Formats: sequence, C-alpha cells, structure tokens
Amino acid sequence: MPNNAVYTKEFAAKLYETMCTIRKFEECVKHDFLAGEIPGFTHSYIGEEAIATGVCAALRDDDVIESTHRGHGHCVAKGADVNRMMAEIFGKETGLCKGRGGSMHIADFSIGMLGANGVVGGGYNLATGAALAFKNVLKTDQVAVVFFGDGASNRGTFHEAMNAASAWKLPVIFVNEMNCWASTTPYRTTCNVENISDRAAGYHIPGVVVNGQDPFAVYEAAKAAVERARAGEGPTMIECKTYRIEGHFVGDPELYRSKEETMKIFHDTDPLKKFREKMAESMNDLVTSAECDEIDAKVDAKIKAAKEFAMASKQPDASEYMKFVYAD
Amino acid sequence: MRKMTFAQATLEAMAEEMKKDDKVYVIGEDIARQGGVFGQFKGLSQEFPGRVIDSPISETFIIGGGVGAAMVGARPVVDMHFADFVGVCMDEILNQMAKARYMFGGQTKVPLTMRAPDGMTFGGAAQHSQSLEAFFIHIPGVVVVTPSNPYDAKMVLKASIESDDPVLYFENKILYKEKGEMPELEDEEPYTIGKAKVVRPGKDVTIVSYSIGMKAAKGAAELLAKEGIEAEVIDLITLSPWDRETVFESVKKTHRLCVCHEAVKQGGVGAEIAAVAAEELLMELDAPVLRFGAPFCPIPFAKSLEDMVRITPEKVAEGIKGMF
Repeated sequence: MPNNAVYTKEFAAKLYETMCTIRKFEECVKHDFLAGEIPGFTHSYIGEEAIATGVCAALRDDDVIESTHRGHGHCVAKGADVNRMMAEIFGKETGLCKGRGGSMHIADFSIGMLGANGVVGGGYNLATGAALAFKNVLKTDQVAVVFFGDGASNRGTFHEAMNAASAWKLPVIFVNEMNCWASTTPYRTTCNVENISDRAAGYHIPGVVVNGQDPFAVYEAAKAAVERARAGEGPTMIECKTYRIEGHFVGDPELYRSKEETMKIFHDTDPLKKFREKMAESMNDLVTSAECDEIDAKVDAKIKAAKEFAMASKQPDASEYMKFVYAD
Repeated sequence: MRKMTFAQATLEAMAEEMKKDDKVYVIGEDIARQGGVFGQFKGLSQEFPGRVIDSPISETFIIGGGVGAAMVGARPVVDMHFADFVGVCMDEILNQMAKARYMFGGQTKVPLTMRAPDGMTFGGAAQHSQSLEAFFIHIPGVVVVTPSNPYDAKMVLKASIESDDPVLYFENKILYKEKGEMPELEDEEPYTIGKAKVVRPGKDVTIVSYSIGMKAAKGAAELLAKEGIEAEVIDLITLSPWDRETVFESVKKTHRLCVCHEAVKQGGVGAEIAAVAAEELLMELDAPVLRFGAPFCPIPFAKSLEDMVRITPEKVAEGIKGMF
C-alpha cells in the first residue's frame, strides 16, 4: 500500500503534473482532431494516464520504452518536449520525427522513447531485442519496457518475445494496459483468461496486477520490476487495470458500447481526481488540492504554448520526401 | 589466389567483422551448436563465445529482436534459416525494420543484416526452395543484395554488416558448396552497395542476372559465343537500389536486353528492370526485352518437374537467339 512517508512532495507533485500534462495534451489533440486540423489517425490515452506516469517514474533516462498506437502518454511520461510532440502530431518539420511519423509513430530517441507503433503487438520483439543488446552485446545495465494493450496480448509476437525474454532472463518489462477493449471488441469476448498476467506463469516469470488508476501503485510495481531486471533476474509482467474512456480512435462513433456507462466508469476511476482524493484521504495532503490547481494552470499554459509552437511551425519541405529513407 | 567455398567465404566475412566490432553478433536457429544448416557458421561460436546465439524457433523475435537491438546501438546479423520463412516475420521486416528510420525522422538507424538462404535445392519443394527477393525490392528502406560467387559473398556480406541500413542478404543454397577464387587478403577490394559488375564483356546483347541465375547467364553467353553472338553479362549483386548506370551503359552499346533469374518471372526483379528499360531506353532497343524466370507455379518436388521450372543456359541462349 503506498505510504506517504516514503514519497516526497516533489515526487508526488511530479506524478500529478505528468498525468495532468498527458490529460490536457490529449484533450487538445482530441479537440483539434475533431475540428479537422490534425491529419491521419490518433488514439487517446485519456483515463490511462497513471500507467505511463508510474512506469516511467521508475526508469532512468537511458532506459528505453516501446510504445503503442496509443502512445502520447508514454512519450510525455518519458520526458519528451510537448512542443515538439504537438508539432509532430500536426505534421510539422519541428516535430520530434520532423513530420514523417505523426501521432502513431511519435518517438524521441534522445530520451529512450523508441517509438509508438502502428502495428498492435509490434513492440514486444523490439523491446526484447533491445534488452538482449543491453545484456549480451553492449554490456550495460539499461532496462527496456514494452507497453501493450489487452488486445495486443493475443498477438503471436507476445509469445515469441515473452519466451525469449524469460529463457535468457533479459532486462525487459512487459506492461499491460488492461483497458478492457480490443479496438471495438470487449476483451473477454475474445479471450478466456481473466487476468493477462496469469499468462506470466507459463513463462515462469512474475505476473503482477495493479490498480492502473493509481500512479503510486504502478510506480511501486515498476520499481520492483526494474530492480529485478537490473539485477539480472529477468522480465516481469505488470498488468495495470484501467479502462479505455475514449473510443478506439478519436472520432470513433462507439456504436458498440454505451457512452453513459463509460462516463460512469470515468467518474469513478479518473486518475487525476483519484490522486486528489488520495492526497486528502490517506496521504496527509502531501500535495494539496490548491497545489494541484496551480499545476493545472501551469500545464494549461504549457499545452497552449505547444499548440502555438505547432501552429507557427512549417510543414516539411516537399522536396525532402526522400530524406531518411536510407542512412548511407 | 586462394580458393574457398561460398559458405567459407561468408564465414571469413563474419569472423573479420566480429573481430573488428564487438557490437556485431549473430542470432538464428541452429547456428551456434550446429554451425548452420549449411555449415555457414561452423566454428564461429567457438571463436566468439556468447556472440553467436541459438535462438528459439521464433522468427518474429529473431528479426524484430534484431531491429530493437540495432535501434539501441548493436549491429545484429540475423539468420533466417530458410528464406521461405520470412513470411512468418514479414511485419518485422516491412513495418519495423524498413520504416524505423524514416517514420522517426532520422532519429535512429537500423544497422542490421538479415541472411536468408534461398533457391531450389534438389527436392526442397514448395516451402524450402523459393527465391523471394522481389518482395523486398518493393519495400523502401531496406537494401537487397544477392552475391553469386565466394569472393562477392565475402565482400558483400562485409559491406552489409558495415552498412548503417538494414540489408537483406540472400544467399543461394546450391552456391554454398561451390568453390571460387579469392584474392589474397591484402588484395581484396571492399564492395560498394549498389554496384553491379560486368563479368563478361560483349557487344551484341546484355544479359543481366544475379545469384544462381548467373550460372545460366554465363553459360548462355558461352553457348552464344560459339554461334558468334557476343553477350555482355552483368551481375547485378545489389537488387535494391540497383545499378541503372551500369545496365544502361551496356544496353546503349548492345541494344538488346535479357534478364534472367531463378525466381518466379511474374512480378520478379526482371519485370522491374524491363519496365525501366521500356521507360528510359526504348529507343535504344533493337528487340523486345527478354525475361527468364520460373513459371507461375510453386516449386515442385519431383525432379522432372523441378528441372522443368529451373532456368538453364540452354533455355536462355535459345531465347536470345530469337532476338536477332
């Protein structure tokens, strides 16, 4: 159980600020996407902020993460500059990927964010390979994390990566965001396993379940997994229970579920609201509600500035379409 | 001159590259303990303990793991066992390996070499005989190479491993055992990816080929020479990006173009070369472009059928005679 005695005010406030940055970033993206200003596809992390926040708080800057198609939250939490994130999503040359990737391929290699991935279940092998390189080739103590949804857990790549990671005790952490929806299909209609982490036993690795709405709970599970990985003891699977509040993609008409039910779940589990409640109820106001309000205001300004930065930036020069196809 | 087999030449390339750079490692099925299905990794694991890794039978991990390792600074060589199995890990090639550098705006590079033994093997049948290089020349972001002899096998593999781009290295299974002349180490010349070689000069017709197709190409040139037709034979070596300059220069001289490969003719590498010739060299051509490849059927098992679908010097020479 998280105990405020072990957390500093600064740490707790940072968790809140990260979650808040993700939330407001996503609200801005949603608004602008629906207004037709953002091209392509985008997938919202609203309601799942505590997971990326808690996991990345347990990582060093040189640890790496493999993200998903729902990747903005991971990118913010790993420490990416929101101006360059926003510019990327708007397809601008000043974006993290110089406008070549967009929302589904957002990445910041300078901070170990090795990319969102447009292929569901595409990240496991990449992270496991990075972990193999860290351990066997580069001889560092870096750790790799792969985030994946419940839908992605039914890809064959899940098995291949999990098996190799376990066989060789690689420093990789499998973080499942159990948001109950595989695109438009309820998870349990396509899978007969209650907890995805139950599958960890089949690989002889720890599988833990945490409340994915509580950044402290996620952080503690991640911290233990990171310590285990760095100590050479191998992978861990962490299943974070959450709920996908938005549609599969922004603009999804959500014909497959009831908006009222979703909103009720959000009302009951919103990680930002829960954070404030927890501070007041069980953590002696480590971060006060007024302080959270201040953070909200600060983040509002930051996101507004990010949007302005993106708007003021240019699209890539059309003549440079061949740039980055090859290195040599 | 030294002599060694194609397999030994690849082994020499691996050892030299692994000695030079400790970030180079190799992973695949049956390579450490067994030394590779075709002996192409024999002894390497003893020379480089821990850097020759027997993988689980998990193609998506072998390739995807290589991509992840390359993105964090290692230089993996990943072995595909049989080229036919690339279908299992096509996403890792198509959507991860080939796209990472571009879609991340140049933030990363993928210095990975995928080795893939391909081609007919006397009864390998439908799932162990294919030549699939044409799939990959359709994918921007990967380089495709296919050496045809031991010396090129070594120099092209070294260039592939040293390249900062993902390189798909297709090595023909029949060629593994074939011996060829190798220059002394100090006389070797590094291979530049993208360069073709004119292996036989001629003035009457240009035959473009690569990998085991070179046997048919060179054999046909010899047969044609007996009848007074001087064929210029070009070994393409790199299929993507391919050396237009060398091919164009030759065709402008010979005014006839024939492309031959063991792979299925429909949609093959020859189709691309023929199309480019039609676009850019039509006025230079005195005859329609001639293409040879396997007919549009899976590679059969029975010898009578397998022989039927294989290109031969006789078939190529006969076809070329019809161009005059």
